[in-house]
Amino acid sequence: MTLPNEPLLVVRGLNIEFGPPERPVRAVADADLTLAPGEILGIAGESGSGKTTLCSAIMRTLPRSARVSGRVEFAGKELLSLSEREMARLRGRDLSMVLQNPMTSLDPLYTIGNQLEEVLRERRRGGAEVRPGGAVEVLRRVHLTAPELRVRQYPHQLSGGMRQRVLVGMATAAAPRLLIADEPTTALDASIQDEILILFRELRDTAGSAVVIVTHDLSAIRRLSDRVIIMYAGRIVEEGPTAEVFRAPRHPYTRALLGSLPRIEDEEVVLQPIPGQVPDLARLPPGCAFAARCPVALDACRAERPQESTVGERHRVFCWQAAAGGAA
Amino acid sequence: MSATAEERPAGAGGLLGARLWRSGAGRPPLLATAICLLMVVAALGGGAIAPYVPDEADFTAILVPPAWAEGGSLAHLLGTDQLGRDMLSRLIAGARISLLTAGAAVLAGGTIGVTLGLAAGYLGGVVEAVIMRIVDAFLALPFILMALAFVAALGTGVGNIILVMVLTNWARYARLVRSEVVSIKKRDFVLLARVAGLRPWQIALRHILPNALTSILVLAVLDVGRAIILESSLSFLGVGIQPPDVSWGLALAEGRTYMTVAWWLTVWPGLAIVLAVMSFNALGDWMKAGFDPRGRL
Amino acid sequence: MNPDTSPPMVEAVGLTKTFALPATTLFGKARSVTAAVDVSFRIPRGRTFGFVGESGSGKSTVAKMLLKLEAPSAGRLLVEGEDIFAQTPAEELAYRRKVQAVFQDPYGSLSPRMRADRIITEPLRAHGVSRREAEDRVPDLLRLVGLPPESARKYPHEFSGGQRQRLAIARALSVDPQLLVLDEPVSALDVSVRAQVLTLLREMQQRLGLTYLFIGHDLAVVRYLSDTVGVMYFGRMVELGPARLVLRHPAHPYTRRLVALAAGDAPLGAVRMQGELPNPLSPPSGCLFRTRCPYADATCAARLPEMRPVGPDHLAACHHHEAVAAGTKAETGPLLQEA
Repeated sequence: MTLPNEPLLVVRGLNIEFGPPERPVRAVADADLTLAPGEILGIAGESGSGKTTLCSAIMRTLPRSARVSGRVEFAGKELLSLSEREMARLRGRDLSMVLQNPMTSLDPLYTIGNQLEEVLRERRRGGAEVRPGGAVEVLRRVHLTAPELRVRQYPHQLSGGMRQRVLVGMATAAAPRLLIADEPTTALDASIQDEILILFRELRDTAGSAVVIVTHDLSAIRRLSDRVIIMYAGRIVEEGPTAEVFRAPRHPYTRALLGSLPRIEDEEVVLQPIPGQVPDLARLPPGCAFAARCPVALDACRAERPQESTVGERHRVFCWQAAAGGAA
Repeated sequence: MSATAEERPAGAGGLLGARLWRSGAGRPPLLATAICLLMVVAALGGGAIAPYVPDEADFTAILVPPAWAEGGSLAHLLGTDQLGRDMLSRLIAGARISLLTAGAAVLAGGTIGVTLGLAAGYLGGVVEAVIMRIVDAFLALPFILMALAFVAALGTGVGNIILVMVLTNWARYARLVRSEVVSIKKRDFVLLARVAGLRPWQIALRHILPNALTSILVLAVLDVGRAIILESSLSFLGVGIQPPDVSWGLALAEGRTYMTVAWWLTVWPGLAIVLAVMSFNALGDWMKAGFDPRGRL
Repeated sequence: MNPDTSPPMVEAVGLTKTFALPATTLFGKARSVTAAVDVSFRIPRGRTFGFVGESGSGKSTVAKMLLKLEAPSAGRLLVEGEDIFAQTPAEELAYRRKVQAVFQDPYGSLSPRMRADRIITEPLRAHGVSRREAEDRVPDLLRLVGLPPESARKYPHEFSGGQRQRLAIARALSVDPQLLVLDEPVSALDVSVRAQVLTLLREMQQRLGLTYLFIGHDLAVVRYLSDTVGVMYFGRMVELGPARLVLRHPAHPYTRRLVALAAGDAPLGAVRMQGELPNPLSPPSGCLFRTRCPYADATCAARLPEMRPVGPDHLAACHHHEAVAAGTKAETGPLLQEA
């Protein structure tokens, strides 16, 4: 068991490459992160930023073709060197995951009850008997209406929001120490999204689980997570306490991302697009990957990759400008 | 760009081969491809490659064993039959008949099936109901029996053999194409083609058919193997290709009587059938793995 | 309001669409599901009408009817005063040139086997423009949407999501349409790309005087483009009015919740939307929103509220909107559907 102040998850120098070795695509480069027990971490970024690949590496669900180097320590265990069997034992109990698409994540041929019981059987600790009604209890915990009825229903009889509740229930049935949620609300309607996010917070509050939520929905991260990581083109560009990053973003990309959200100023809706495009990961420039789109780029930005600089308590940023104290 | 790459539909655009290569079907089955190519060369080359005229009897060289066996001669690499005809030349001629009938049957059956399937899937309603009931009826009949019945009614001959094969295979194309069309016509780009003002037949030919083409191609390659078996079976039973034409199935039937004294009369045509069918199936399966990861065919 | 006497670009009068479902048992009664009921709105020329609602609210069904991909079960749809479901084939072809669409999925809406130049010229070719003439327009169209002219020779999979959506817009604009149906055109895009496409759409409207029917679920995005907003719930229009009013001072309890949820600065859990959409096979009696509405009472279960004026050009369908607006209506909780 980890001590209260010992981190639950430590990722050091994680690199993930795809494609031919002579022309590799680096989906994740030099990623470092730590997560304390019971902490909620948000990872934000656009498609191709590597946020999903990073999570798959932690869950060890990357395709075989991926080349992974670096270290991923979970509760003192080095996950990357575990055997598939040891990993399988960890998954679903201590480590769990919720995926984006609630439509394809349930088997259409079995009732919700069948599928929940299967998960409960699989995940019970120390050979304890599965109590009858365990499935109903799981559904009640995720606030699904009429749980006694739902266990007898098939997935197609439930709406997307209900299915995502079932999936969150399944993923958290064994009170995992770490839950990874990859775009858990993207496929859902606005009125349901918050309800799912609230489930994650309840999980943390009641079971002390740590949660990593990966999403491009900045508002979800702002309201749910304690800490936030912003990724761009496979690299972490900024990390810090959520409130501080959203109030005073230090990396120009974080600022641009927040600026591209529509907001109301003087009765008008304004938004500022980020010019240009996300670079091709197989042909990254030698310097900062964001330099070509950055409004405040220096010559140094194009020539050399920015180093980490600390700009506040547990707030770090990879930017020459921010390091020099400019561009406030 | 792993994330974006994953979102891309596998096998969009580009050359057929390159697309298959990228799609994760793995390396092509080299031996099978080589055998298929060899068959095509034999069929096209025919008389030009064959060392002898396939149905020319030579009574000075009856039942000569293959070159490496005792009593064999380099003049007849695979030996000769009971009339002194060169086995290699007969195999080459057989390849020609097999591929000709199979190819013609697949082409004709495919065209009919694709057209009807396209009509059923795109038009729907009564047209679809009628076509699909006929398809079901044809698919429910055991095809060898059906073929025998047709040959009995129509008589033998290459033309009739092809006709019989078409009658037994078109329904599979129709069924495949209909199910493809039904799913493709709901896709956004087809809706947008309607919004753009394209006529139904333009949409069918420009958007729906090209997107169903890969599945059709896979089925066609697999079907060549089936057609070879069908032709050989009919010829073996004596209702297919008739002498003096040469066919593997016919050669097998003729060699049967000499099986104990001259194994090469039955082994070579039998081997040819097995290798040809297995090769076309292997090629088709490989294409299927690349084009259709869900394995619906 | 402008005292313009010419007919509006689009006028929908009591649009209704029901889909028949196959019977579950062999001799059972065929059932039907109502996708849209009694939807009425008008879009003046050069303006944007925004449709807001959750999935299954019927907003896409209305869009499909305007594109003549579905026919209404009842009601009329007039474009420039002409009933689009009473057209001759020639009139229909002319109509297809006037109205174009951009859909949500930038991966699904372009034929994967066609090159960009063919994709863009296809609508022109369908309207009888020669290949040469159509191809001459490609570089201009690509530049118009901010794509380099060289991209004409690429296939869709060689473009990013945002670029594909630009391509889809170029294709839609190729026939010089007057009306664009935009069904969630930015929902599948990344935040920064979304902003690029939205500014492009606004610029196109200003430059070409286009009329938009814009469907979205992100209220800020809808408000960015729309002049008028219609809020759909479960197949019915529940609120209609100028975008500023509807999205700043919503009248209907449903819109009020949506707006509060979208504000995004409220802490998580401060605004809750209870329950789920009702079952389309057995819709609730009276007001459709009563199963999730905090203000629902017996009146709501008994009678279906009509759309009625709640302000200048502003309509809402709620029995209690005055009391709700004044803050005097008690939150008696939703009235759940009888099982």
